[in-house]
Amino acid sequence: MRKILVGVKRVVDYNVRVRVKPDGSGVVTDGVKMSVNPFDEIALEEALRIRERGEASEVVAVSIGPDDAQQQLRTALAMGADRAILVKTDKLIEPLTAAQVLLAIVRKENPDLVIVGKQAIDDDAAQTAPMLAALWDRPQATFCSKLEIKGASATIVREVDAGLETIEIDLPAVISADLRLNEPRYVKLPDIMKAKKKPLDVVELASLGVSAEPGLKPVLTEPPKPRSKGIMVKDVAELVDALKKKGLV
Amino acid sequence: MSKILVIAEHDGKKLNQATARCVTCAKQIPGAEVTVAVFAADPAAVAAQAAALAGVARVVTIAAAHNAHALAAVLAPQVVKLAADYTHLLGASTAFGKDLMPRVAALLGVPQISDAMSVEGAYKFKRPTYAGNAIVTLEAPADRKVVATVRSASFEAAGTGGSAPVSAVALDVAVPGHTRFVSISAATSDRPDLASAPKVVSGGRALGSKENFDLIFKLAEKMGAAVGASRAAVDAGYAPNELQVGQTGKIIAPELYVAIGISGAIQHLTGIKDAKTIVAINKDGEAPIFEVADFGLVGDLFQIVPELEKSLGK
Repeated sequence: MRKILVGVKRVVDYNVRVRVKPDGSGVVTDGVKMSVNPFDEIALEEALRIRERGEASEVVAVSIGPDDAQQQLRTALAMGADRAILVKTDKLIEPLTAAQVLLAIVRKENPDLVIVGKQAIDDDAAQTAPMLAALWDRPQATFCSKLEIKGASATIVREVDAGLETIEIDLPAVISADLRLNEPRYVKLPDIMKAKKKPLDVVELASLGVSAEPGLKPVLTEPPKPRSKGIMVKDVAELVDALKKKGLV
Repeated sequence: MSKILVIAEHDGKKLNQATARCVTCAKQIPGAEVTVAVFAADPAAVAAQAAALAGVARVVTIAAAHNAHALAAVLAPQVVKLAADYTHLLGASTAFGKDLMPRVAALLGVPQISDAMSVEGAYKFKRPTYAGNAIVTLEAPADRKVVATVRSASFEAAGTGGSAPVSAVALDVAVPGHTRFVSISAATSDRPDLASAPKVVSGGRALGSKENFDLIFKLAEKMGAAVGASRAAVDAGYAPNELQVGQTGKIIAPELYVAIGISGAIQHLTGIKDAKTIVAINKDGEAPIFEVADFGLVGDLFQIVPELEKSLGK
């Protein structure tokens, strides 16, 4: 196998408590810590491990987003990606657009495998992998927790609601990484220095012939309804009484 | 009129309860006429269950050997072919629906609404983002097909008592051979199903080991409850992956949720927000789980849980 393409999305950091803008137009992102989507880190780690096993020769990280997304691509390069591509847009793009953009990159790069996170922790949509696979007319293996390459095909273990499903897919294919596929490595300082010299290409989204206009119109963003505050009980007897009163035990 | 096609989820014998919840969402779409599609090798048993759901107008079956296992790459082109007569295509927001529906949407060239949690109009839906911390209302174009997955926890299951007609449909569609089912290892147990159980007992990192996690199984058994786990407990190997509750696991809405030794990260809370009653047992009185709990008890779970199990036996 020659090449693996990895999707790297810039998202609000995992630990940030997200706040909705008072005018209902979205969430506050100004001055908020941004990071690589954690599931995309897992996707990248898997690609790096495949390369380190000698089953791939190049790992290319791709992001779609504003100029600042170069920071996340530098992180990907520091983790070990060979080069990076930023498809630049200041618009919030929806997953179908992301899949169309990735397809345009796939057509140029001809990877044998595309790995992305199973979902991004901002929009929680979980659509990009199956949408790209559909547009590319290739197999998809979503929620992957184990990946084994066997020549021109791969055996995949998927986390499904009932347990674990094993499927076999022909390459090239699109994989979406689940939590337990691996544990991503930590970036070391010398790697960060080295990453500064690795190639990072910037292309305008419009140059790919893809429209950034969303098909779905966001009408309103609002905070969730809070749960009413409960009570503290002092011991098991009081808890059991309370549950009995509600007919729950 | 809105012509809604709901894609049934099943294991070849039993219709998944998530489909009944999906039907409830479908019925709320203004002017809805609801059709359920059953793709299977032998769809008769599942079709009969779908036909009994209240509010279903008809059931169509697509029997084929290649439909024996739900592979998105195989099902999607068939769903697209069937879609011609419908305005809306819905699937449950389960591993099955999340795998299949985006593939269908992309083949149709339309965006997808993930995790629809309420119906605001024929083309308007609310959905959660940022682990449920921001609710977005989205409007889909009225001149295109709507493809959506439905958040099961937001809708009650449709009742039974219906008797919709069932008809077989032959779809002349070439399906790809590039994706092949090998096996599934499903935990076989007599315990209630986590996704649909009215009571759930969940354990977290504080259980400390796989052996200690048995405390959760024992209490759940006593209560007739399903077992859940936090991500930390699954990552640590105390519980299998299919028991994970939260943003990246199962989103559930039981009558009673008992969180034991779970601190309550936002990613976990998003999975249980719709539970009717939440009980939290944790040794840290400052744990965020207490902010959402209806009843909180601070203390050592290794004393409280056996005591609770004992007092429930009386």
